Amino acid sequence: MLRLSPQLLDRIRAHAERDYPHECCGILLGRSEPVAEAAPGADDTRRLVLDVAPMRNAHTASPQNRFEFDPREHLQVQRRGRERGLEVIGFYHSHPDHPARPSIFDLENASWPGLSYLIVAVAQARAAAANSFELAGDRSHFIQEELEAGVSQEGAAA
Amino acid sequence: MVMAVTVHIPTALRAYTDRRESVETEGGSVGEVLQQLTAAHPPLRPHLFTPDGRLRSFVNIYLNDEDIRYTGRESTPVKPGDSLSIVPAVAGGR
Ligand SMILES: [Zn+2]
Repeated sequence: MLRLSPQLLDRIRAHAERDYPHECCGILLGRSEPVAEAAPGADDTRRLVLDVAPMRNAHTASPQNRFEFDPREHLQVQRRGRERGLEVIGFYHSHPDHPARPSIFDLENASWPGLSYLIVAVAQARAAAANSFELAGDRSHFIQEELEAGVSQEGAAA
Repeated sequence: MVMAVTVHIPTALRAYTDRRESVETEGGSVGEVLQQLTAAHPPLRPHLFTPDGRLRSFVNIYLNDEDIRYTGRESTPVKPGDSLSIVPAVAGGR
């Protein structure tokens, strides 16, 4: 489960609109905590977003349908987060004129389970649905996770 | 005097380092430090190296502020007080 404030989700949505028709990308900073009451086999981690760090889309060849982090910028965000006691708990990116679901390309490039992959759809320059996913342990597919942003969301509980 | 080099572990890989954020190692080169790290935390090894022992392409290694791809890769020398950071490559699309 991923939890963030409506204000932080708005910052991600504003970033997605600003960079349209290109894909935007960024880092979710915060902390993870185990969910004690989780049923066996259910999602047993709650990730709380406490800040977001917009990143430059370094995929200069095809930014309208691809994104890539600049690793040096990623290193700096990791470091500044550590100094503030925040962990990298996930990443976000936008899908311009495309649904908020992971693509095959997202799956091929996602390396590790245990993080949130938040995707925001942008329809004709307007941010639309946002959904969050976690990579399965064997990396074969993404699993949609509950996204709790304090407001009613498509595909997530209010 | 212990020649300590601190290795910073990204969140995604802490499942393989007993949740540690940083690991102290010794060694004279990046390669030696990574060997020590994976010897101390064997489950980490397949996430950093291919079966034939090459660093995986989706892992970036920074020695202080420098990407080791441009400084001699695993033969890059390290000195006490240096920090090594593992930075996952992140990419995707639609
Ligand atoms: Zn995508």
